[in-house]
Amino acid sequence: MLYKIEVRDRPGIFDAIGNSVKSDMLDFGIKTVRDVRFIQVYIIEGDLIEKDIERICLNLLVDPICQSYFVNPALPKTKKDEFIVEVAYNPGVMDPVEGSTLKGISDLGIEGAQSVKTAKKYIIKGNLTVSQLKIICEKILYNKLIQHVVNLGTVPSPSGTSFGDSPQVSGARKIETVPFFLVTVDLLNASEKKLLELSKKGQLFLNLAEMRAIKNYFKGLKRNPTDCELETIAQTWSEHCYHKTFRGKIRYTEEIRKGTVSIFPEPSTRKIETVPFFKTKIIDGLLKSTIMKVTKELNKPWCVSVFKDNAGIIRFDDLYNICFKVETHNHPSALEPFGGANTGIGGVIRDPMGTGLGAKPFLNTDVFCFGLPDYPFSKLPVGALHPKRIMKGVVSGVQDYGNKMGIPTVNGAILFHEKFTGNPLVYCGTAGIMPRDKSFKKTNVGDLVVVLGGRTGRDGIHGATFSSGELTHESETISSGAVQIGNPIQEKKMLDTILQARDKNLYSAITDCGAGGLSSAVGEMGAEMGVRVDLDKVPLKYNGLSYMEVWISESQERMVISVPKEKIDQLLKVFENENVEATVIGEFTDTEKLELYYQNNLVCDLDMHFLHDGIPKTTKEAVYLQTKHREPKINCAKDLTPVLEKLLADYDICSKECVIRRYDHEVQGGSALKPLVGINNDGPSDASIVKPVLGSPKGVIVSNGINFRYGFIDPYWMAASCIDEALRQIISVGGSLKQTAILDNFCWGNPDKPDRLGGLVRCAYGCYAAAKNFGVPFISGKDSLYNEYNEHDKSMAIPGTLLISAISVMEDTDQAVSMYTKEAGNLIYILGETFCELGGSHYYDLFGAVGNSVPKVNVKKAKALFDALNRVSAKGLVRSMHDCSEGGLGVAAAEMAFSGGLGMDLFLSSVLYTGEKRNDFILFSESSSRFIAEVEKNKQHEFETALKGMPFSLIGRVNKKKDFKVYGLDGKICINADIHKLKETWRRPLKW
Amino acid sequence: MPKVKVCVLRTAGTNCDKETAFAFAQAGAETELVHINSLVQGDKELVDYQILALPGGFSYGDDLASGKVFANELKCKLSAALKKFVEQGKLIIGICNGFQILAKSGFLPGNKDFEQETSLIINDSGKFEDRWVYLRGQKTENRRQKCVWTKDLPEVIYLPVAHGEGKFIVKDSSVLNRLKKNNQIVLKYCNAQGKSSGYPDNPNGSQEDIAGICDETGRILGLMPHPERHIRFSQHPRWFNSKIKKQGDGLTIFKNGVEYARKLL
Repeated sequence: MLYKIEVRDRPGIFDAIGNSVKSDMLDFGIKTVRDVRFIQVYIIEGDLIEKDIERICLNLLVDPICQSYFVNPALPKTKKDEFIVEVAYNPGVMDPVEGSTLKGISDLGIEGAQSVKTAKKYIIKGNLTVSQLKIICEKILYNKLIQHVVNLGTVPSPSGTSFGDSPQVSGARKIETVPFFLVTVDLLNASEKKLLELSKKGQLFLNLAEMRAIKNYFKGLKRNPTDCELETIAQTWSEHCYHKTFRGKIRYTEEIRKGTVSIFPEPSTRKIETVPFFKTKIIDGLLKSTIMKVTKELNKPWCVSVFKDNAGIIRFDDLYNICFKVETHNHPSALEPFGGANTGIGGVIRDPMGTGLGAKPFLNTDVFCFGLPDYPFSKLPVGALHPKRIMKGVVSGVQDYGNKMGIPTVNGAILFHEKFTGNPLVYCGTAGIMPRDKSFKKTNVGDLVVVLGGRTGRDGIHGATFSSGELTHESETISSGAVQIGNPIQEKKMLDTILQARDKNLYSAITDCGAGGLSSAVGEMGAEMGVRVDLDKVPLKYNGLSYMEVWISESQERMVISVPKEKIDQLLKVFENENVEATVIGEFTDTEKLELYYQNNLVCDLDMHFLHDGIPKTTKEAVYLQTKHREPKINCAKDLTPVLEKLLADYDICSKECVIRRYDHEVQGGSALKPLVGINNDGPSDASIVKPVLGSPKGVIVSNGINFRYGFIDPYWMAASCIDEALRQIISVGGSLKQTAILDNFCWGNPDKPDRLGGLVRCAYGCYAAAKNFGVPFISGKDSLYNEYNEHDKSMAIPGTLLISAISVMEDTDQAVSMYTKEAGNLIYILGETFCELGGSHYYDLFGAVGNSVPKVNVKKAKALFDALNRVSAKGLVRSMHDCSEGGLGVAAAEMAFSGGLGMDLFLSSVLYTGEKRNDFILFSESSSRFIAEVEKNKQHEFETALKGMPFSLIGRVNKKKDFKVYGLDGKICINADIHKLKETWRRPLKW
Repeated sequence: MPKVKVCVLRTAGTNCDKETAFAFAQAGAETELVHINSLVQGDKELVDYQILALPGGFSYGDDLASGKVFANELKCKLSAALKKFVEQGKLIIGICNGFQILAKSGFLPGNKDFEQETSLIINDSGKFEDRWVYLRGQKTENRRQKCVWTKDLPEVIYLPVAHGEGKFIVKDSSVLNRLKKNNQIVLKYCNAQGKSSGYPDNPNGSQEDIAGICDETGRILGLMPHPERHIRFSQHPRWFNSKIKKQGDGLTIFKNGVEYARKLL
């Protein structure tokens, strides 16, 4: 029997879901909606009688206090101005509610329930046109990649138009059992043209040289590859998994101009008059020559494991190590923002879980770049979702997964630019903690291969190769299999049990199933020895998967462990106790081969050596030409108050409170400095501090530096600025550089295009120079390339964007410093020098200009200042400190004042400044390595003495009144504003 | 001296178990994290503990509704053991998801048939929100302090909430009147001055600003705010303003419970 149950709020109960959908509609300019009511629909199938259904409803599906329900309701009568839209998942899409409902039904002692499906029904009242209803459906209520509008003739639309695809249309994924049939691909007889065609058609994203190498390998074996073998090679060799760009050779040519810092170490012998000229060199392994080189040269004793495991590991204390990893999930988030971000955070959480013998995640960080939230719909590229929808979906996705995993999301940033419209950036990071003796793994021959957690379905097929190509408006059709939604509770259960098994020493190695699925997880674990897997033993969500799909599926919430045979029974018990599936699917061997069987048929027989080292080394071309931007002509206004207000309302600078509050940033109880601080808990903290070990004085600081605008001028200085910013924030909150490590995340355009790659190379060299001189090692990183959006054969690259994430061990969290003013009468200092550096600044952006005077970093001076500031804050001499970044001194000081609820008087003539003397330049220059600090008057002498030799000056004081006053170079007031008004201006733009 | 034993009950999706156990340990108790399956299968028994804590989280993903599946499981699988536990005069605390579970299983506010009379539903804002709230207790309201957990709290306490479904509602006015008459309304959202003041001080739209209730005996407490997130001074968002490092407001609640339970040993 099939029962359809509709649950709705009783009249008089406030319908929060209906109301938020209604406000989304108003956002889209549909003002004629009067009311939206939400109805939750369950479709239960099974051998059940009505009495069972009644019990199920009363005990599980319905809240008896505020809801009522209808079983198999009659079709509603069409009313004028009333529209009913019912949205259900497409077949094959995981619906987490099904499992929970079935569990509840079984707890009730009711047997015979077979399946539970859910749907969401909206009753929309209002005078709407067909096209408005279509917008509502497509832009707000559903995403056709995972959902469809149920069209059972119950949608009373004016013209009978159907909205969205019916499930039959997307029925390409209809599930049936298929008999075994070994598929081979004819490579031996393929021409070069055919080879490329095979790569393209199969979504392998392999180039000709690679296809040729594969052909030659199989020629030697005198046979053709199976589909499974070809897919395995494509996954392993994909940019996503192999990082060809960062590991291969690059021929780099640089245009050297006057004033540019060259990445070439040897000083130029040419005379300055002959510039610009070109220089070329071969870089053998960009990662090795820059990022990894810093770590190697610094050789810090507290770096435990770097660039090897799923996350980089550093020492925490005598008992524990911590690890940190940041990943991107850009392409899936562009197509299905909720699911993309959801599985993005789910995936990065599995990185610490799969590091060493498994770490417990204790904080998340999320950084996003979106198109402009008020972007006109008419200008959207074909197939692209609106930035506002992407942002709402991404935030909800992170909220859902992070909160349900019980990991505090404590740090992040959100930036906006038109160029991210078709291709947003979604960075997700997780830090974990593990006992020191659980930091390394070693699989042994004879260990069993055990897959844990979720079952395997047809989700996420081709995710790894999909992210190694550019996005097009067809991406959503051809790559829809790459999009999925997560099930955080499945992952939480798995985490709980893994940590128990780890502490009982029941397995020898662990890794996560991310991009490439079992193919990449098992393949990597067995790379040094050999492995045999019986694919028919892998537990499936449903029948009908071919052996190849089982092998490369990227279904979420799965991990692989290697288990010594004698421990297997004990291990399986640990998982069984808490309802987590664990299944033996194979064994690690000494054959140096990857052998896969399906129903005893050999479907893959690959030499591990070829698989992991057989990729032909190619040389990519890179050229860097410096872009010359227009210098804006701006008159300095006498009254700069409106300019300050505009900057505070800039999407990059304005408050992100509405997002931060949606993340649980205090779960696990370790919070010591929150992302929101201030007299009303709403000021922008520079970094967060978390205590991963409750009861210990120690803590972990996490921060980030990102500024793609500087990259428009010079990616070298962008890199230096990002590192400076991330480290500055550590110092701002009272931390030190002593035990601070960083991660790199490059999001770039297509590296096969020399200009894109040229910028990337320069950026990586910028990373090397800055990190080396700050003495801060990289411990892990990730690159996401091919971030371009194709439309009408025109390719739009995202701005090359570097995210630097910093993690720092703090000896005593009681020494933390916050950014908001504390007391009237205290003195305000600026630390660091200000230069006329407005290139790429938000001030220039207000005038639509980029300029050329990008902020530079004098790392040696900066490091001396940072260390000195750490000493004064450790002595308790600083009452508050804030980092000067976007919007410069003006924005930073205003944020301190309004967050503390106190006024401030500032005097620009006292600022240490070199350059054209103008109030606007001093206020809004974005020079690096600067801070603003609040110091008590009676500590003035001690503070100044402790900073002797450092660049600093006293520039003002905190006042009791509620106004923010800046006196210009001529001594006259150039900014005069009420702090409450400034704060509202800053809070409003993203208050959704 | 033997210590009070606390059973911190967890299941798939529970996520505030460790810090709740830590808070009880700070209050002087011995704690154990116990999975629901080991109680159902009989590997562990409630009779060995004096306090049962239902911590925060998203039990079974809060699929269907917050706490619903777990509440159903407790009722179906453990009701006899739980009833006995309560009859023995032992203590229960449900925090956030734990409160949702206690309300939906009918343990709170409590009646003969364990019929559900109150609920915690989606916040009026339609969103999950993490924010700090002020709460006033029974002492502030000049009421008899029935609840053993919240005895002698300061006039206004400060704790964080972090939930999407925390709006407290009652079945009908008779339930509300009974709660008032029996002094079962234990904590109410308010502003820093202790006055009722609407959103965001009342973060979810709860009826009569109700943030926590107890049963008729005063030994079962359910509350949406997280006392375990304010036991250390530096969990306070503005600890930078004060130069005194006093303990967090939440610790008193755990100490009250442990102190009372000591009598049961």
